[in-house]
Amino acid sequence: MSRFQFPESIASRPVYGTLEPRPGKAHLMIADAEGAEALLDLAVRDPALVRAAHIIYIPKGTGESYVPRLEMCGPAQFHVAPSYEASVPRLRRVLTDAHMGLQLYLAGTEGLMGQAMSEAIEHGLPQRSIQREHRGSVARRMQCVHCKGITEDVTTDPFVCAHCGLHLFVRDHYSRRLAAFQGVRVDAEDPGNVPDPVELYQ
Amino acid sequence: MSAAPQKAKAGGGTIDVVVRAIVPLNDLVTRFEFERPDGAPFPPFSPGAHTIVEMNDDGRPRKNPYSLMSDPSDTSHYAISVRRDDEGRGGSRFLHTAVSVGDRLSVSYPVNLFPLDLRARKHVFLAGGIGITPFLSMIAQLERQGGRWELHYACRSESLASYADDLTGRHANKVHVYYSDRKEALPLEDLLDGQPLGTHVYVCGPKGMIDWVKTTAADHGWPGDAVHAEEFLAPQPGDPFDVHLARSGIDVHVEPHESLLEAIERAGVDAPFLCRGGACGQCETDVIEADGELIHADHWLEDDQKASGKKIMPCVSRFAGKKLVLDR
Repeated sequence: MSRFQFPESIASRPVYGTLEPRPGKAHLMIADAEGAEALLDLAVRDPALVRAAHIIYIPKGTGESYVPRLEMCGPAQFHVAPSYEASVPRLRRVLTDAHMGLQLYLAGTEGLMGQAMSEAIEHGLPQRSIQREHRGSVARRMQCVHCKGITEDVTTDPFVCAHCGLHLFVRDHYSRRLAAFQGVRVDAEDPGNVPDPVELYQ
Repeated sequence: MSAAPQKAKAGGGTIDVVVRAIVPLNDLVTRFEFERPDGAPFPPFSPGAHTIVEMNDDGRPRKNPYSLMSDPSDTSHYAISVRRDDEGRGGSRFLHTAVSVGDRLSVSYPVNLFPLDLRARKHVFLAGGIGITPFLSMIAQLERQGGRWELHYACRSESLASYADDLTGRHANKVHVYYSDRKEALPLEDLLDGQPLGTHVYVCGPKGMIDWVKTTAADHGWPGDAVHAEEFLAPQPGDPFDVHLARSGIDVHVEPHESLLEAIERAGVDAPFLCRGGACGQCETDVIEADGELIHADHWLEDDQKASGKKIMPCVSRFAGKKLVLDR
């Protein structure tokens, strides 16, 4: 099962729902890895909706596991991208040409959903036109509050900043603008005293 | 400042005004311009705000809400445009027939239940008839700020299209007028289609028009918070009834042509209100006992609240039955 129940946290931490078919003039669906399962579920509930949709899919580590099944749903446009970054020019083009009435469906990891949502809001899409469903990896996109570098797919707490090398504590404090959680130096007061890393949510 | 909190006056206080001009626009609509007796500036207001005009109609107090339609940056005067409603309870007829230049009235401080959402990247205004008034002040502000807007204005006929000439003259590319006597209809679906992301729609007009815009926008996938509406309900006349005000310990008889709120005020009870049109929620009152039917006419209470029989909005709603006791 690709679903995970996140523990209760502070108000800053995003919460996710279940994708629901909604009326709209255009439907854009973006998913990565196991996020495909949420789109496949949506296609069972409303096949016509997915046939009318533009799907951008980033398989990440799942290879070809979901691609043929998504294609079988018959989306109006189907684009497989090797990474989120590689899909951004396409996403920006789609959002620049989009109009009110567009519905955005996001599914998969927090990093993907956060970045695509921030891009959409930047283009003026109302937040209420965006739905998100978490599936798959619980890895986080973290910003180092010291050097400002972003480390993707963080799975342990603490972790090492990929940019400045500090050991960072994983906070639930989230930035919608950056689509990242905040990482704060864990040994600031006692340099060198770094706790052993623990898997997130263990 | 005293230590104890002061009870705010119901309706938020009033400003004494003198009628400085009365400008008939067509057979039904007249503009009234007010200034202060001492020439002092008015408080500034945000576009979309309304004021409640208090009138003394031969001993009978009347309080009617009207959208402020003057330029919000011009604090030398306030202006309202009033459509004469011969079927109504008489407030608009009183203004049209009994008020002259130089008369004194009092108006409430402005209250805004229909503000511009300044996060919007574009504003689309949909007006039906006299519903044009709040958009005049909104347009004045957006023109000053360089905001992006367009107006679609549905009227019965050219002769009744208040401000249409002025608006089309000044903003030929942004203002579109549709006359129903020429079989022209506001092309709502086409208008909603193709609006850029971040567009907000504002509708002011009859209830049917507001419902039509809300439903169509929802069907097109517009989120509810990008669709704004203002509809003032005039209190409808009805059968007379009696009410007991438990906290004040008095009985009041509500006449057919007065609202429950007006009857409560006539009895000397200072009841809260702001819009007097079923929209703002300020006059919400607890029902202690009701042996009969509450006739809800507001669009403030939720359906389950209306069904519960525990709440009433006395500005527009009435009662039919044996006994009504309110916590007032």
